[in-house]
Order: sequence, then C-alpha cells, then structure tokens
Amino acid sequence: MKLLNVTAGAVIAATGFCSAAFATTDLTMWYHGAGNKVEGKIVNQIIDDFNSSQSDYKVNLQSFPQNSYNDSVTAAALAGNLPDILDMDGPIMPNWAWSGYLQPLPIPEDHFKDFLPGTKGVYDGKLYSIGLWDAAVALYARKSTMKELGLRPPTLDKPWTKDEFMNALEAAKKSGKFDYAIDLGMSDKSEWYPYAFLPFLQSFGGGLVNRENYDTAEGVLNGDAAIAWGNWWQSLFTDKLAPGTSQDPAAHETGFIDGKYAFSWNGNWNAVKTMDKVDDVEFLPAPDFGHGPKIGAASWQFGISATSKHPEGAAEFIKFATQDKYLAEFSDAIGLIPATKSAAEMTKNYKSGGPLAVFYGLSEAQAEKRPVTPGYVVESKVFQKAAADIADGADVIDTLDSATDQINADIKRNDGYKKN
Amino acid sequence: MRSSLTSANRAGWAFALPGIVLILAFIITPFFLGVGFSLTNQRLISPNATRFVGLENYRQMLDIAVVDLQAKTDAAGKTVKDAEGQAEFPRLRSITRNLDTPQYHGMQEWFRWVSGNTAHVVIASDVVFWKALLNTCIFVLVVAPVQAAIALGLALLTNQKLRGITIFRTIYFMPVVVSIVVVSLLWRFIYSGQNGLLNNMLSLLSFGHFQPVDWLGNPHTALGAIITMSIWQAVGFHMVIWLSGLQTIPPTLYEAAAIEGASKWQTFRYVTWPGLRHTAVLVLIVITMQAFAIFAQIDVMTKGGPLDSTQTLVFQAVQRGYGMQNIAGGSAISVILFLIVLVISMIQRWLTRER
Repeated sequence: MKLLNVTAGAVIAATGFCSAAFATTDLTMWYHGAGNKVEGKIVNQIIDDFNSSQSDYKVNLQSFPQNSYNDSVTAAALAGNLPDILDMDGPIMPNWAWSGYLQPLPIPEDHFKDFLPGTKGVYDGKLYSIGLWDAAVALYARKSTMKELGLRPPTLDKPWTKDEFMNALEAAKKSGKFDYAIDLGMSDKSEWYPYAFLPFLQSFGGGLVNRENYDTAEGVLNGDAAIAWGNWWQSLFTDKLAPGTSQDPAAHETGFIDGKYAFSWNGNWNAVKTMDKVDDVEFLPAPDFGHGPKIGAASWQFGISATSKHPEGAAEFIKFATQDKYLAEFSDAIGLIPATKSAAEMTKNYKSGGPLAVFYGLSEAQAEKRPVTPGYVVESKVFQKAAADIADGADVIDTLDSATDQINADIKRNDGYKKN
Repeated sequence: MRSSLTSANRAGWAFALPGIVLILAFIITPFFLGVGFSLTNQRLISPNATRFVGLENYRQMLDIAVVDLQAKTDAAGKTVKDAEGQAEFPRLRSITRNLDTPQYHGMQEWFRWVSGNTAHVVIASDVVFWKALLNTCIFVLVVAPVQAAIALGLALLTNQKLRGITIFRTIYFMPVVVSIVVVSLLWRFIYSGQNGLLNNMLSLLSFGHFQPVDWLGNPHTALGAIITMSIWQAVGFHMVIWLSGLQTIPPTLYEAAAIEGASKWQTFRYVTWPGLRHTAVLVLIVITMQAFAIFAQIDVMTKGGPLDSTQTLVFQAVQRGYGMQNIAGGSAISVILFLIVLVISMIQRWLTRER
C-alpha cells in the first residue's frame, strides 16, 4: 500500500512538474451518501461546477455507505489518511474536533449569518462545520383521518398539548381502522433514537446531560421530569398505541402510506416520497409536553480535516457548495430543510405556502441540538438503550438511574472531556 | 518430535511460515495488545494520553454485592402491602444513591429474591456484563450438545449408499455457505411478530388456535429463537465433519458386526461410536468455541434486546470497544472470554483424553 502510494505520489509529482505553469491542487473529499443516486448526482454536480469555475483546485469525491462512514473516518484518522474535506453528522462533530480530526473553518462565521442554527457546527466557540440543510421530524397525518377523528389541526403557534396528542392517539386506536395509532420507527435502533425521541424528553423538561458544562447527567436524565417522560413513553407501548422495538423495519418506511398507522413520527427526508403516494398528507408540528414543542436539529455538515494541507482551497469549495441554488436543489430532491431563508423561497416545498413551509419556522425557532460535547457519542448509545429498554417494559426509574450512572462513569473516565 | 523440529527441514518451515506469520499478526499479537489495553483507560479515539489503571476495568465489570431491603412499614409499624398483597419495598435507589452508602454507588439490580419482609437484591456495577455472561453460557450449554447430536444424526442419515445422496448432503450443508448476516436477516422475517412465516405456519397447522408470538420482541423467547436459528445454520458444517469421521471407519468392522448378528443399535454402540472418538472431540471443541463467539446474529436480529435477554459477551465487547469508544472495557471482556474458553477447552480435552 505504502509502496503504491509512493509510486502514485512520484507519478503525480512528475506530471506536476510538466504542467507547473497551470498547476491545479488536488483536494480529496469524502461523502457519506454512497448508494443514494439522487444525493450522489447533486454532489457530483456541485463538484463539477466548482472544478470548472476556477483552475486553482480540483475536488475529487469518494463516497462511502452511510453505515460504515464513521468507522472509515476513524480508521483513516488513526492511520493519518484523512481527506481534505469530509462530511459528518452534526452531533458527532464535537468528538472529532476534540480528537483533533478537524480544524476550525477558515471562514468567518459572519459568512453564514443567514443559516439556520442547526446547520452551524460550533464547538468550543469555533465554527467547525456547516450544513447545506437541516433535517426535521414531523408528525405525518392524513387530512381525512384528522377530520374523521374530529381533531383540531395543531399549528406552530398552537401545537397540540400532551393531552390533545394522547386524545388523538386514543381516538385513532378506538376507530379500529389501524394496526397502531402511531408509528415511531422503533426498529431503527441507531442515531434515530436520540434524534427523534430525545426532543420528547426535552419537552418534558428533562435532558441527556447537564447542558451548562456537560459534566453530569444526575438529576437531568433521572430527575422528576425525566421520570415523567419515561412513564409516558412506556405507556405508549403498554397501551398498544405504537409498535415496539421488534417492529418490522420496512413498516416505518411504508406503513403510514399503506394506512397501517394513523400517524407517523418521521423525518422529512421521507416527506417527498410520502407526498407522491398520499394526496392529503399533512405534516404536523411536535406536541408540547410542557416545556415547548421540540424537534431535533443538526444533520450532515461539511468540515475540513486537521491534516489538510490546503484549508483555503477546501474553504473555497465549502463556500461554493453552500450557495442558495445548491441548498434549494438538495431540498427539492430529498425534502430536507434548506439552510437559508432565501434558498427556501427557491424550493417547491419550503417556499411561503409550500407543503413543508411550516418546518422552516419550526427548525428556526424550536429545533434543539443534541448535547454539543465530545461525550455525546457515548451518551447517544446510552439513551438508545434506555429508551428501548423502557419501551420493552423495564422499570423506568431504575433504567434512567442506570443510564445516568453510565454517562457519569464515561465522563469521569474521560476526565470531563477536557483537553489535558 | 525432537528430530522433526530440530533437524534441518527447510521445506517444512517454509510451508509453516505463512501460517505462523498470520497467526502471530492476527491472533497472538492482538491478544497481548488486548491484555495490555485492558489494564489501561485506552479509548478508541481521544486526544488525552492513555493511563495505566491496573485492574480497575475488571473491578468495574466484576463488582457484585448483595444488599437487603426491608419492607416499608406504616406509622403503626405494619408492613405496607401493594395491590397484589405483596409486601412493598423501598426503591433500590434509596441505597445506590444514598450518601451514607457510597460503596454501592453506580450499582444496579441484577435480580432479587424475597423472604418474608426482606428482599435480598443482587447488585452489580455492570449488570449487562453479568447478563451477557449468563446468556452466553446458556447459549453454549444448549447449542454444543444439541448441534453436535443433530449433526451426527444427519451424518448417519446421509452416510448411506443411496442414489442422489449428495443432493441431501448439499441441502443440509447449504445454510453454512450463506453469510450469517443474510441468514439472520431472513430469519428476522421468519420470526416477525406481525406476519412472520413461523407464526403463520403454526397458526395454519393448529387451525388458527395458535396465538402469534413476537419471537424476537419477547424477552422469554428471544434467546431461544436465536439458539434455534444458530443450530440450524451451522449444523451442516458439523455434519460434514462427522461424515468424514464415519468414512474413516473400516467397512470390514461393519461386515464383521453383521456376521456376528449385531443389531443396528449394537453396531452403532460398539463399532460406529468408538470409531468416531477423535471426531467427537474435535466437533465438541469447535462448537464450544464457535458458540462462545456468537455475535452476528445478535447484532443483526436483536442488538442485545429486548431487556438484555440476548446480550452476549462478544456483542458487548464490540459494543463497548467501537460503539462506546471504550477499547479498554472491550478488551477486558475479550480477555475474560479468552480465559473462559481456554479453561473449558482444557476440561473437555482432559475429559476426552486417551485412557
């Protein structure tokens, strides 16, 4: 491998000498979307546009399947082989920044002042990553179902309260027309859990870890608010309102479309697909469980590796890719929320009066980031297990106590995730 | 022995060299690294320097204690009963989060038994590890004898001189060739609680009397479901080993047995079984070691759930090392697993030694 690299390097160097007069610098970029044709097409388009727009830099793309992307980056970092530009899931960014994989973007934060807060990866006071879009979770429903069950349509200003939400689920269950009232996607035991379900806990007034200095989970993850959340969460499954952790994975994709569920708690990356199949689908904002309606924030974002020799070139590319027209293109293709208001106006779904417009406002005002700390990587796993165990019938208080202890032990093991 | 190793035998060493290098690089070196890591606070990724922590990781994992909870009493000193007439006990957090008993901090309940007005609660700092250890042992204790026996049965069946017997051998061997990940995905559909093949078949066979079971979603059936599927998947492999053993038994012995008028059972008992001695040792040790390493089925089908009913040691080692970036913790589990497998293999070897 090394020999191959050396040879390749020599060849590149040799050709470099020949064409020194109009030398372009090669930049490598890694992307998580291998296998997704639509996404791949747009990313390639952006890169082609960038490469032909100037002659200083040439970006070369390498795509990875999402499932193994993070492992590939970790392995590359340990081997000292990181690309210049890479993308990363927002909440994992602090861990990579802390571990020294990333360098702060050499772009003033002001450049992104119009961007949604969820798209800006700020850690330790520095901007490390920027996203082309934010993602949102919505309560999928049919207009016809809402009417039949006699439910008040919730709005951004006046979302459903906990009682209204539970009444809606009960009404759907009583109608006898559905397998379950709501589909939560419980089979997807992955980052989906904290992304989709942590906001419920936050809306109850609890959280994953103390957000002041991220040093303990005591009283936050096992306090009264969290216990109230746990009891409510468990009741969804004991009362048979939602399918549990052994749900068929395909049902989360198509169950709502097939009419198996009255509601679906689903990401807006499925919105375009669903709109194509269900004429009267509506996307309702999250219910308010007492501390405001909340949804998750921060999706995939671009950053520059610490080892990149050409950060200014990488920054040029990131600035180029974050133009409104590309934000709009991504949004139209996969239904994600464009990062800026002006880009939103250029899209079918998010422009004023568009079918998903309501989410731009929600993401702007109520989206809450997952804890911005290097320890999140572990905290996310602990939350996944706790939420799954409670859904499976574990004792709520014991489970939350145990999750709290695990998070605290991890923070201690890492000296508070401070750099020493 | 002495002569073959010490005399100049370059060709032999040359043939052994690739194997030695691979075993050194991928088994022996990682093993020593693992032992080393388990004595430190090694992380998968961290800017902080690794520190030596001695046996702390093992203490964390193995720490276990029994505490007694006294039933709640009301003002009059009578025991408080719950709705079902059972004595009510205070929550465990009154001990594990009590400032007076710091030695129990961070420990959770594994299980409890009640005698009179006292509940004896077994608490551990790492309940998941203990559950994983127990599940792995159950898995091995069931899989090793059952799989070996079924494989032997299949081998005897397919060891006959019939037309087209290779077809049957192939059919039984097929699951071994298919990747375990694919097999697990398929069985997830078979076990599905909503409209899985198994539930549908059972309900058809019982004329609709069978109530569908959520095989993988029920803590009481999940481990059993995985055991069944694992036995089915690898049984063909051991069948082939038994078959090769069967074919080493000289046909003259069977002829002699036939002339002596031995029954089928007597032939098996006094000719076949003694002839399979070495094969039996091999099959049992291989199954035991493979069973201890159960991982892919868990990762694909249940992720250790529901309620830790399918946690296993290797799954936990991977979960900690990569998921939680705690390489030290993952290494400690691996070392314990190694010691267990080593001890059991040695016991098996001793029990089946030539006497």
